[in-house]
Amino acid sequence: MKHLGKIAATAAIALGALAGTANAQQSTLDAVKAKGFVQCGVNTGLAGFSAPDSQGVWKGLDVDMCRGVAAAVFGDANKVRYTGLTAQQRFTALQSGEVDILARNTTWTLARDTSLGLDFVAVNFYDGQGFMVKRTLNVKSAKELNGATVCVQPGTTTELNLADYFRANRMQFRPVVIEKLEEVVAAYLAGRCDAYTTDASGLASTRSAQGANANQHIILPEIISKEPLGPAVRHGDNKWADIVRWTFNVMVEAEEMGLTSGNIDSKMNDPNPGVQRLVGKTGDMGKMLGLENNWSYNIIKQVGNYGESYDRNVKPIGLERGVNELWSKGGIMYAPPVR
Amino acid sequence: MSDAAATLKSLPQSGGFNNSPLAQWVKANLFPNWWSTVITLVLTYFILKFLFGALSWSLFNAVWSIEGTDTEVCRELKGIGACWALIAEKHRFILFGTYPFQEHWRPALLIVVFLVLYGLSTVRALWNYWLGVVWAAGLLSIGILMWGGVFGLRFVEQERWGGLPITLMLATFGIALAFPLGILLALGRRSDMPAIKAICVAYIELIRGVPLISLLFMASVMLPLFLPEGLTIDKLLRAQIAIILFAAAYLAEVVRGGLQAIPKGQYEAADALGLSYWKKTGFIVLPQALKIVIPPLVNTFIGLFKDTSLVLIIGIYDLLNAAKTSTIEPKWQGFSIEAYVFVSIIYFVFCFAMSKYSQKIEAELSHTHKH
Amino acid sequence: MASIPRSRPAPPSIKLSLSDPVVRAIVFQVLVVGGVALLVWYLVSNTMANMEARKIASGFGFLNREAGFAISEHSIDYSPADSYFRALVVGVLNTLIVAILGIILATILGTIIGIGRLAKNWLISQICSVYIEVMRNLPLALQLVFWYYAVILENLPSAREAHNPLPGVFVSSRGIMVPVPANDPTYGWMLIACLIGIVGTVLLSRWAKARQAATGQQFPMLRAAAGLILGLPLLAWLAGGAPTVLDWPELRGFNFQGGGTLTPEFAALLIGLVTYTAAFVAEIVRSGILAVSHGQTEASSALGLKRGLTLRLVILPQALRVIIPPMISQYLNITKNSSLAVLIGYPDLVSIANTTLNQTGQAIEGIGIIMMVYLTVSLSIAAFGNWYNKRIALTER
Repeated sequence: MKHLGKIAATAAIALGALAGTANAQQSTLDAVKAKGFVQCGVNTGLAGFSAPDSQGVWKGLDVDMCRGVAAAVFGDANKVRYTGLTAQQRFTALQSGEVDILARNTTWTLARDTSLGLDFVAVNFYDGQGFMVKRTLNVKSAKELNGATVCVQPGTTTELNLADYFRANRMQFRPVVIEKLEEVVAAYLAGRCDAYTTDASGLASTRSAQGANANQHIILPEIISKEPLGPAVRHGDNKWADIVRWTFNVMVEAEEMGLTSGNIDSKMNDPNPGVQRLVGKTGDMGKMLGLENNWSYNIIKQVGNYGESYDRNVKPIGLERGVNELWSKGGIMYAPPVR
Repeated sequence: MSDAAATLKSLPQSGGFNNSPLAQWVKANLFPNWWSTVITLVLTYFILKFLFGALSWSLFNAVWSIEGTDTEVCRELKGIGACWALIAEKHRFILFGTYPFQEHWRPALLIVVFLVLYGLSTVRALWNYWLGVVWAAGLLSIGILMWGGVFGLRFVEQERWGGLPITLMLATFGIALAFPLGILLALGRRSDMPAIKAICVAYIELIRGVPLISLLFMASVMLPLFLPEGLTIDKLLRAQIAIILFAAAYLAEVVRGGLQAIPKGQYEAADALGLSYWKKTGFIVLPQALKIVIPPLVNTFIGLFKDTSLVLIIGIYDLLNAAKTSTIEPKWQGFSIEAYVFVSIIYFVFCFAMSKYSQKIEAELSHTHKH
Repeated sequence: MASIPRSRPAPPSIKLSLSDPVVRAIVFQVLVVGGVALLVWYLVSNTMANMEARKIASGFGFLNREAGFAISEHSIDYSPADSYFRALVVGVLNTLIVAILGIILATILGTIIGIGRLAKNWLISQICSVYIEVMRNLPLALQLVFWYYAVILENLPSAREAHNPLPGVFVSSRGIMVPVPANDPTYGWMLIACLIGIVGTVLLSRWAKARQAATGQQFPMLRAAAGLILGLPLLAWLAGGAPTVLDWPELRGFNFQGGGTLTPEFAALLIGLVTYTAAFVAEIVRSGILAVSHGQTEASSALGLKRGLTLRLVILPQALRVIIPPMISQYLNITKNSSLAVLIGYPDLVSIANTTLNQTGQAIEGIGIIMMVYLTVSLSIAAFGNWYNKRIALTER
């Protein structure tokens, strides 16, 4: 019995050491502060949104979302740990407390918002599903794709949208369903499919990756779905949701105000009251969120504004701003005022 | 291949060509009659053709490095030559995944530690109590190397581990920790107690009846639901648990094979000495049984080493997944064959060395048995 | 472990002592069963609580809902408007098709390579041995990905530039298209006739064996079997009006319409499984043949048996006894390894169940279905194998 007790105690300690424990009753902010980092669920590899580079450092628009939250909470954008998640794992990982934020190009839908125990807090990329075909196919519209073979990734809204679209237009198609992005693209390029369907952002990045051959592929004009992609947090922790939501809003607001990571130090004494609030000089905005007042300064200084993040991550994959441009410049990116 | 070399070496190299042993050997083994000659010639043609194709792709037409980040040079090859520049650029990512770049010497050292441990374990003269101590020390140093946080080493969280160390760790810990469980299951399956036997048989057949993928899915998606609210286990650890549970069932069958091969007289002699069940098992039966099953044990290890590549399905950056991820960056898209060839060589070297070792040990054991 | 029972002294009034092995065995078993039951109860109650807390739906009600996704290969009619249940059945059938074909082809290829490994021609035996080493020492996942992307997709032309080696046969990255007999009820009758032929052959061979044992008379079993299994369907075909209309594949719009198709995904999975498993089968066959000592061959030729009869009556039965048990485990491996189809987009059970659980969020049910199906198939193969093995073992005297 004595031995058993010892073994049980050892096992408990070992388990405790290996398994991070997070109390569900405790607020996420407190838990995050206690452990000293933000645990962020990201895509295992999607160029422009989250992918490790040659040195193994995570880069991307979603990654910057996580870095922004870390900058807001800790004043250090590097206090983030990333968990690469597949499409199946993402919701369980957030529900079970394995990650604090899910920033994994996830579409905000009613069903997900209500029935999966999570809350979407912002839209950091407006996307929509489209089709790409080879120029030699002489197809001008998705309506001409009757009988085509279509490459698609499984298990997401993409696959359902595809089937819906063809049914709605009384057309036939044959799917080729491959899980990994790189491979579904390889199948399309090899001529296994006539068309490749995914979010327009993905199509553009695939197209631009072809280098000199990019003009051999055309993206058809039809966008068959709305895909607002955004970060999500666990349902019921409003304080944490506020922090993530306003971290994103600050990044958009900063772009509107012309604040960048480069010029923010020189704008510390700018007379504009909006700028004064964003650099944390007035307004006690941080206090209201339960953070330091220089939280927004840290975000802008260390991560940059939304435009910077976009230019750094998404531009290189060949995607112009489009609807993700600021509302004042013809897009729909519009942040509620930080005041 | 080594067989061939051995055969050739064993031939005496003297005498005139036509009557030399070499010529006789060639005639007997390559051109004994007309149809065998035809086969030899046809095969030679295809082998040469294949070799020429493979060499011109991998060596003559290959691009070894690029200037800056411009991969157009590689794209212009259009598949007639390999783009080894990818490996030049990404080999550290493929080998070590997202582990902090400045700290790569740590996983590199870890691979060396593993190789030393494997190397020591192959020497039969060292098979004693000390080997266990060495392994414990080795595994401890592996933990210190990977995690850090002591001796001035920077702490590195599990999420950032990747590449070959993950493959080695999943396979090695998988076998090491599954081993005791496997022995218990094997003993349980041969037990006289019906309830114990039923549980062990059910477990073994259940696990062996389903694919590893389904266990990994279970670990990645279902396990979080099994645990009390608030308790989470790291994804890598969950995959490791699934691999241990999987390996235990297969090891149990391997060990059972060994137990069945022990002559009944051994059991009866132990009983006659009045030894208890655990003493009989621990001192008489298991040592003999385990010695017999070393070759199939190594084969199970090879299988597990290969099967760890399936963790890519649940998004863990093992060697294969790191290779796939290395070609996600737009400018490197389309060069996955080069990455696959690179990791194929690594997998092959490990597995081939182990299988040769297993064959050697098998020969030695069957030799000692005959005496 | 042994200290557990001892720490619970039995009441002294009853004459049961823990030093009695029978009592100890019972106590031990009760404890272990109790422990396992406790663990299961703990996990289940946790799961229930978690699912309650996170409002995750449970039960198999989703099986009747509309699946909404398309499946590229289906041996029964299927459209996105069908239910999840039908989608899963399609997946099970796809798994079974690739597993059965894989088992047959891997046995054939493995046997050839295993015999080739023992060939007198040095080049043949070396090629076979290199093949075995390379195939066995690379992960199957890697091999499948390689076959699909590097070999099949890279090297085949697009649908419009398809190779046309024979009239009606097209080879392109869409797969291999061949003409097939157009749909006709006669083919159903031919299938039934074939099944009747097989059953008849089995019954006839029993009768023939019994007669040979009793009277020593031989029966031309081979010819009779051929007549039954091939002749009956032929008769059915003639009786059905001998339909000869073929369904030809032709390029219409984007794709080939009509005819039969072997898709690249199926081909890659099948080739990958067969070439990988054949390496293991080859080693089994080789060791099986080597296990039969040469003296057996000499003895049987001394008895005056011909070469063919020696092989069939002396060597094969003995080799098979060594070969069958490991072979069964290879057959099980093929079936389980077919789940790697998910990597190359062949719609097997795992990939369809995966999509299902992703869309319904019901992970436990989805994984449960995968496991139950594989378990059923595995246990059936194992049971059949054990039965066959026993049958063979009975010939031992």
